[in-house]
Amino acid sequence: MTDSAVEIGDVQKEIQRQKKRVARKENLAGILFLLPGLLGFIVFILIPVVMSLGISFTEWNFLKGWEAIQFNGLENYKQLLHDDWFIASLKNNLLFTLVTIPVLLVLGLVMAELINRYCYKKNLVRVMIFIPYIASVVAVCTVWQVMLQPSYGPVNQMLQSIGIDNPPRWLVDEKWALWAIMAIYIWTQLGYYVAVFMAGLKNVPDDLYEAAQIDGATGFKQFLYITVPMVRPTTFFLAIMGIIASFKVFDYISVLTQGGPGNSTSVMAYYIYKTAFENFKMGYACTLAWALFVIIFIVTLIQWKYQKNFANE
Amino acid sequence: MLIIRGKKFDIPKIVCTIVLFFIGFTMLTPLLWMISTSFKTENEVFTFPIQWIPETFVGLANYKEVWGEEYNFGMYYLNSIKITVISTVFQILVSALGAYSFTKIKWKYRDKIFLLYLATMMIPPQVMIVSRFAIMQKTGLYNTHLGIILMTMFSTYGVFLLRQAMMGIPDSLCESAKIDGAGHWTIFTKIILPLVKPSIATLAVLKFVWTWNDYQTPLIFLSKRTLFTIQLGMKMFASESGNIYSLMMAAAVSATVPLILVFLLGQRYIIDGMTAGAVKG
Repeated sequence: MTDSAVEIGDVQKEIQRQKKRVARKENLAGILFLLPGLLGFIVFILIPVVMSLGISFTEWNFLKGWEAIQFNGLENYKQLLHDDWFIASLKNNLLFTLVTIPVLLVLGLVMAELINRYCYKKNLVRVMIFIPYIASVVAVCTVWQVMLQPSYGPVNQMLQSIGIDNPPRWLVDEKWALWAIMAIYIWTQLGYYVAVFMAGLKNVPDDLYEAAQIDGATGFKQFLYITVPMVRPTTFFLAIMGIIASFKVFDYISVLTQGGPGNSTSVMAYYIYKTAFENFKMGYACTLAWALFVIIFIVTLIQWKYQKNFANE
Repeated sequence: MLIIRGKKFDIPKIVCTIVLFFIGFTMLTPLLWMISTSFKTENEVFTFPIQWIPETFVGLANYKEVWGEEYNFGMYYLNSIKITVISTVFQILVSALGAYSFTKIKWKYRDKIFLLYLATMMIPPQVMIVSRFAIMQKTGLYNTHLGIILMTMFSTYGVFLLRQAMMGIPDSLCESAKIDGAGHWTIFTKIILPLVKPSIATLAVLKFVWTWNDYQTPLIFLSKRTLFTIQLGMKMFASESGNIYSLMMAAAVSATVPLILVFLLGQRYIIDGMTAGAVKG
């Protein structure tokens, strides 16, 4: 009896030891596989994020070197509320988001529905509309800059030829510049929205439309009562991603207007860049970036809260 | 209903197709204008009504000038190709290894580290530009291609994309390989990698497009002209050449053509890849 009990104990211990050895091996393998990526993640993402939070509480002109960093507590954060450029950039950004995202969603869904249901050669149309999205932003913006040239640009010549004597001066006109940029943004992004909606429409069963047709519903009614509700999760995703992306818009502004005229086209991402690399206020630039983070974080929270509802549908 | 060669065609549908093609074509006009202008002489750039076929066709003269020694687009091209290719290859390598570790190996802090990856995804890149700039300055990576490559190759997006793909591979496949005595390295290279090839292709194409188009990173971290990428070179050219619009358009075409080619060749990968995450929600 005692002998076999000892044996069983030994076997159990041996199994335990084996298990531990396997676990140790797995831990080692796990870390080794992740290591290259993890090191990069730590050095180029994690450390910069933590550093940035620290720098946001300082005043620092990097031209004067590392010694010039000075802790100034919440000064930068207080300054936000009195900074005209920040307030202007935030307002411009909100306007940008509130105009471009709804337009993109509506146009994108309508066109996706038309292409999906009433079009031959679907894929060819989709590719045509997608090309502006894939083309490089710098090149595309340069083209638009020339096309919108106020006195001889083709757009204004066209407007003059149809009887508009004083067409807007577009990118150099304080009132029009942001609208022109929004139009260019919509033009480049539309292809993406159409493509995503078209992918979403694949999940809508055909028999819904067939049933509606038998009941005599018009195409417009089918769109309104079948398509729109059925693609709600896609719409929601695009809205959230679109809002977040619109707060990161940088290339368009940097190439087209540099935030001008005045500060009429400055947006958050551009102002952060300008503060850091043109005004050399590194500390304040970080503060601005964290303000941007707060906005994006709120949007993300909304996403988390409502995504669950869509998952259950 | 119209019947041509036994195929049924719907007349309203034909009308709608024509309208949609017209819209698609209108959306391409700025790009067609760009191409047409790049073959014009400077004083014909703004003739109105627009001449789509240049009256004086200058052939490749504008391109020769842009690519010539003065403006050096050839050099920008090489720089862009170098950065894009190296960054894409390493991104795939690092992401595939990481994704394997996150899905097929059970280890102690795995889920906590993954949560950390997830958390940083909602931090906008603007938060990091100042501290990255400081790090680059301090380590001597400022004004080097290596710096740009390092900064672009570790984006967490690749890990997510490949992790998603690897999660779809049943664990039983790995288990049976393990019983046959295979180690993780063998399972990774012989079983997992071949199975996620489509996702790797998607990641490669997307990463290529993004890195090629990236303007902000080179703008911040490169100031030496000989290191410029095509996007940065293009921007500098546009702001310095004053208003030589025909040359500007030749430069713009040069910057866009590789992308459009990659796109037309791999359009299914690109469109599906860019829209995949969206629909799964």
